[in-house]
Amino acid sequence: MPVTDVNKDLDALTMTMTAEFDADADRVWELWSDPRQLERWWGPPAAPATFVDHDLSPGSRAAYFMTDPEGKKYHGWWQIEEVEPPRRLRFEDGFADDEGKPREDLPTTVATVTIAETDGTTTMSIESKFGSREGMEQVIEMGMDQGMTEALGQIDALLAADPS
Amino acid sequence: MVVDKKEARDDDEKVTDLLFGALADPTRRDIFRRAREGRLSVSALAREYPISLAAVQKHVAVLERAELVSKHRVGRESIVRAESDALQRAHTALDRLELEWRGRIERIDRILDDDKGDS
Repeated sequence: MPVTDVNKDLDALTMTMTAEFDADADRVWELWSDPRQLERWWGPPAAPATFVDHDLSPGSRAAYFMTDPEGKKYHGWWQIEEVEPPRRLRFEDGFADDEGKPREDLPTTVATVTIAETDGTTTMSIESKFGSREGMEQVIEMGMDQGMTEALGQIDALLAADPS
Repeated sequence: MVVDKKEARDDDEKVTDLLFGALADPTRRDIFRRAREGRLSVSALAREYPISLAAVQKHVAVLERAELVSKHRVGRESIVRAESDALQRAHTALDRLELEWRGRIERIDRILDDDKGDS
């Protein structure tokens, strides 16, 4: 497994993942800077991503959509904040409506990507941070399925059922 | 962050299994209930039940994996504390980010592996 470390900060609401690749930093950077390569990994196999706009320069916005097996499209955007090839990339990632217009009412995450090469091995670290606690709560509500909601709701009932 | 419904669903199922599995046992339910009422030490817990300290530690570990409690060292004591709702929710959300990025890292690794096949 290329993932060497995962760290979660419950107060700062960040997840930091570190991975090692047997490739040089320029090659790893290409996976971000070339939209056709980025499309091969950004979305999951069941909903691959297509980047419509992709200009990695500070202040610009990238646009993409992901297509699920039923053909439904999920639109997203990146707001590029920092670019330092091939070492650093920072962007905000959010949802967009069907026309690709950013949805201000939906949560965003900020990703900070750091790439460092030592002797032909490249370490990439990604820090993904929820924009706000409210945004994080929204993500849970949006993604949480029935079973999970029920499980959490049943904890109290389970505990109350025991004779004390 | 774009929700990968299938992966999120699988992840939720895993979390649900862990939760129900952890609370399926009466001793663990009792430990969790006591932890919610206040902090308690593992050794004090062991005195409460007719089981060994190792068995209590195993139960606590199961509750920990389900992210229902966390363990902290205070001096020589190991203290069990129930995770608050807010912390449990932060765990759930950050677990989802982890899952999403693990998938991406795996796909990147496969692309880089393909490079070697070509050369």
